Amino acid sequence: MSKTGLIIKREYLTRVRKKSFIIMTILGPIIFAALFAIPIWLATRDSNEVKNITVVDESGLFRGTFEDEKGLHFDYLDATLNEAKTSIKQNGSFGLLYIPDLQLDNPSGITFYSESSAGIELKERIERVLEQKIENMKLEESQIDKATLDALRTNVNLNEISLAGGEEKSANTGIYTGIGYLASFMIYMFIFIYGAQIMRGVLEEKTSRIVEVIISSVKPTQLMIGKTIGIAAVGLTQFIIWIVLTSLIYSVGLSMIGLDAESIAQINQMPSAEGADFSSTQVKIAQASGELGSLNVPLMVGGFLFYFLGGYLLYGAMFAAIGAASDSETDTQQFMAPVSMPLVLGFVVAITAVLKDPNGSTAFWFSMVPFTSPTVMLMRLPFGVPMWELATSMVLLVLGFLLMTWLAGRIYRIGILMHGSKVNYKTIGKWLMMR
Amino acid sequence: MKNDHILEVHGLTKRYAAHTALQDVSLRVPRGSIFGLLGPNGAGKTTLIRIITQILMQDEGEVFINGEPLSQEHIRIIGYLPEERGLYKKMKVGEQLMYLAQLRGLKEKEARQRIRHWLDRLNLTQWAGKTIEDLSKGMGQKVQFIATVMHEPQLIILDEPFSGFDPVNANLIKDEIMQLRERGSSIIFSTHRMESVEELCDHIALINKSRKILDGTKREIKDQHRSNTFIVEHKGSLIGLGGEVEVLQEKLLEDNYYQTIVRAIGAQSPNYLLQRLLPLVEVHRFEEKIPSINEIFISKVKDEDKEVAYV
Repeated sequence: MSKTGLIIKREYLTRVRKKSFIIMTILGPIIFAALFAIPIWLATRDSNEVKNITVVDESGLFRGTFEDEKGLHFDYLDATLNEAKTSIKQNGSFGLLYIPDLQLDNPSGITFYSESSAGIELKERIERVLEQKIENMKLEESQIDKATLDALRTNVNLNEISLAGGEEKSANTGIYTGIGYLASFMIYMFIFIYGAQIMRGVLEEKTSRIVEVIISSVKPTQLMIGKTIGIAAVGLTQFIIWIVLTSLIYSVGLSMIGLDAESIAQINQMPSAEGADFSSTQVKIAQASGELGSLNVPLMVGGFLFYFLGGYLLYGAMFAAIGAASDSETDTQQFMAPVSMPLVLGFVVAITAVLKDPNGSTAFWFSMVPFTSPTVMLMRLPFGVPMWELATSMVLLVLGFLLMTWLAGRIYRIGILMHGSKVNYKTIGKWLMMR
Repeated sequence: MKNDHILEVHGLTKRYAAHTALQDVSLRVPRGSIFGLLGPNGAGKTTLIRIITQILMQDEGEVFINGEPLSQEHIRIIGYLPEERGLYKKMKVGEQLMYLAQLRGLKEKEARQRIRHWLDRLNLTQWAGKTIEDLSKGMGQKVQFIATVMHEPQLIILDEPFSGFDPVNANLIKDEIMQLRERGSSIIFSTHRMESVEELCDHIALINKSRKILDGTKREIKDQHRSNTFIVEHKGSLIGLGGEVEVLQEKLLEDNYYQTIVRAIGAQSPNYLLQRLLPLVEVHRFEEKIPSINEIFISKVKDEDKEVAYV
């Protein structure tokens, strides 16, 4: 095995065998899935609990309006408000809905009494029923029948078709935004996490003084490149395991709520899916996953890998140089700002300007500059990017990291042997010039 | 260029931005010798070593190993223990040695054998699976020594070898070094503490302020710096000793028992001096006062400084 290969192997194995890596790699997707799954699960869960609600209707207008539905049971009571209040305490009703004698024009004074708060959902349900009933009564008063009104109502739904890649596909801004945001965020995190690992690795070798033994066997650049590649491999391993685990959890999750590929296809073919065999949650999830399918997945994954590697190599070189120029973790602080600033800026631009206009000039320029292109381009990618822009951006990124690696190597080879002397930007400038 | 020198250095110069670390330094290290590279801190020793170990590039001059220009091939036959020592703290002893051995160019199978041999030899076998963090400082030092010599290098370079080691390990290492030499390795000691290596070295080079100021076998150097001075302990007084002998100092040790430092003027042999002494006093001790390397070094450095001052 070549010496660089030995270094890569060591960097990779020592990190992959760490407990923290194993835990994060396995728990990551599970935590992630749980964040999505728990609210859905809670929403779809059938509650067996039934809330009894007593209705006192002094107006007499809403007799029979409230019908029992899932989890709710309504009792009408002919009594005064005070009598009703005492009676609900005795019979254990959840609450008391009091409707005074009211004017249709001004339906005020309707009150819900309960021990514990009704909660937003119940409140909205009751309000909706009351509003509908009052609306209907008003319509009758004005002698408009419901059919006429329905005919008047107009609903426009804008269809989006993406022309990217030469073929028409229905586009969904919401899903695309979500995917772009996620990819952009992951790149941002990965570059920070693994870039910082390079820095810490360099610093460890420098402070533990083993570096002199190593570079009497290999060239400093071999050590730096070996370390960078080894850590990149760790990042990719984690990413691939995440992808596999996530898709596994995703399909298991779908089957758990009663969806398989066939029913998803079926639902997505129905003109109006709200229907017969499927619950509304199932339909929503099926539609979302159908839209996921409209995405150019290979392009997204390929783009992610390319921009992750490119961005990581670009920033990794800078992180390596910082590690070499510092004597301790505290020393690194002074150099961190100029390195992390463009990375943060790129992400901020991605989630603001690019979200607003994925093909605007801000988005374009920031996706060309190598320092910001990884995060910004990933945000743009789901919305479709012209080929030449993508190619230019990629070439610039490659040139960027080659130049940066060369510069960082010059700082690195001198910095790792320097101990105790105060290093500032001027000294770093001198190192760059040294033969 | 004959191969009876493991290392030859010609006209080596290295400049840094603010100062010159080495100026026109030439050296020859005979095969099988223990070579002392001596000089005060900041004289340029570490820079010289870093050039030989290919950590730094010289600005001028040439380095030859076994008569061949220094190249990547020679990494395999050089063992280097830097002044600043350290290992990967979280790596296991066995894995760490394997990694370093492979970086030095050893094959995995061979490295495994050597590591086993050395761990056994220095009583570290049961620690092979532990990380460096778990080891005591002394054990860590032994591991570092193994890392330096396990590939049986022809040239072993030890920078300040005893400064970091505790006395027990220092002795152990000394013994191991002597044995390595017997098996054919050449050793370069670099240190600013002359007394620590004086007994070990057979060749010496002194470096001061980036220049070599003295170089040769220990014997030669000492001979050059002999001053024909003798320490005599004797009963009775030396009064009456005249002629070609000068009394530098006389000290009464006990009743009628003296220690006198005398210098023979001209190139008389010790025997001549003794013959002069014997009729006068009862001689209890007679010893030539040979300057230590340290003393030679100090006087040399002082001379240099004077020269600089006059310029």
